Amino acid sequence: MLPELSHEEILRYSRHLLIPEVGLEGQRKLKASSVLVIGTGGLGSPVDLYLAAAGVGRIGLVDYDVVDTTNLQRQVIHGTSTVGKLKVDSARARMLDLNPDIQVDTYNEPFTSENAMRIAKDYDVIVDGTDNFPTRYLTNDVSVFLGKPNVYGSIYRFEGQASVFYAKEGPCYRCLFPEPPPPGLVPSCAEGGVLGVLPGTIGTIQATEAIKLLLGIGTTLVGRLLIYDALDMTIESVRLRKNPNCRVCGPNADIHELIDYEAFCGVPGHDHESGSAGAGWDIDARQLAELLTEPNPPLLLDVREPHELEISRLPKEVNIPLGSLASRLPELDSARDMVVFCKGGTRSARALELLVSAGFKKVKNLKGGINAWAKEVDPKMPVY
Amino acid sequence: MPVLRIPTPLRVYTGGQSDVTVSGVTVSAALADLTARHPDIRPHIMKDDGELRAYVNLFRGEENVANLQGLQTPLAEDDRLRIIPSIAGG
Repeated sequence: MLPELSHEEILRYSRHLLIPEVGLEGQRKLKASSVLVIGTGGLGSPVDLYLAAAGVGRIGLVDYDVVDTTNLQRQVIHGTSTVGKLKVDSARARMLDLNPDIQVDTYNEPFTSENAMRIAKDYDVIVDGTDNFPTRYLTNDVSVFLGKPNVYGSIYRFEGQASVFYAKEGPCYRCLFPEPPPPGLVPSCAEGGVLGVLPGTIGTIQATEAIKLLLGIGTTLVGRLLIYDALDMTIESVRLRKNPNCRVCGPNADIHELIDYEAFCGVPGHDHESGSAGAGWDIDARQLAELLTEPNPPLLLDVREPHELEISRLPKEVNIPLGSLASRLPELDSARDMVVFCKGGTRSARALELLVSAGFKKVKNLKGGINAWAKEVDPKMPVY
Repeated sequence: MPVLRIPTPLRVYTGGQSDVTVSGVTVSAALADLTARHPDIRPHIMKDDGELRAYVNLFRGEENVANLQGLQTPLAEDDRLRIIPSIAGG
């Protein structure tokens, strides 16, 4: 039995009730349905807002982070007044302001192999709005094992992807991407940046697909991957097929329970820069400041992109972007002490690996990057 | 000649180019042409033996070449190839 709508709800959802594909019955279906949204960031923001507005009866939010000023360029569910607050609380308050007739359940914890099945089992549809590979593989496998559709979206700079991975009816995420890329090949949004409005476009496509799945209307993205390029303003789609060798949904699947996804991907399950190259390879900003006052200071190698130098730079630095470092190694003197840095310490840690494997021995990584320098040594320098 | 669409994360290896015109009557020949002109991209899409890496998906038009004839998939003059990258941002 579908729940009834009150007179207030009938008024609120008037524009839905006018569409024959939704109508009163469809709106009651939405009220009876539930969606779990993994991540309350760029993609999660529009997904949460539109599902709340549409009257999806119960929406679960999984995130363990707090709202940060750098989120607000794209995470429109949060606001300046909620900086420092838990993302799930900030999002829930905004959603209930938009629609007090729904239920919003919050899970202020990382989505992990330990809690994922328990959290996801009572929802009809799962929306993948995470920002890292381990959680994407985890979300996929949970969806396959529970037999639920996984509404996928992913973004980088100006480029977005969307699909519905639903192993019961078509391919899963692993059918397309059996293995993650090696750590460091694909920069995260924290390193490489993202156009703020891009997750708005992709997230609203995810919300659309979730609502269609709940209503059972239209043609979903099952078996198709949508590729959106905001710079060229093109939307194209390619066909996806079930991979007969898929390890979770293929006929000879050999993965039947959740695994250690951080080990599988070789990266942590979050998009925060650790800023460290590991024990013994780091130097902190204050130590570097002291070294620079000595007679033979180290060479400062900046591996950021040239346009980032307009934001901040260190005196007498040498700029070789990470992407061209391998081919420009001959420009560097391996006998000289060197400190490598970038924005937050992730790209420079990779540059350090490259330098060490090429025989450089006197290299250090500026832990936390030039942002750490700005915070600890030079407060006049902006943090970005 | 066929055009190969380079995804954003790999454009650092093609001098920022998003569309690269390639010559060749098979996918394999087209990739050989691409990697001859942009050698830095090779290790990111191919293994040493020339096979595509497991996280690289190459499509001819709407179809994954893995579902066609793999690297031997024939190419016509007006075909469009596209590398679908694995991206994780959200």
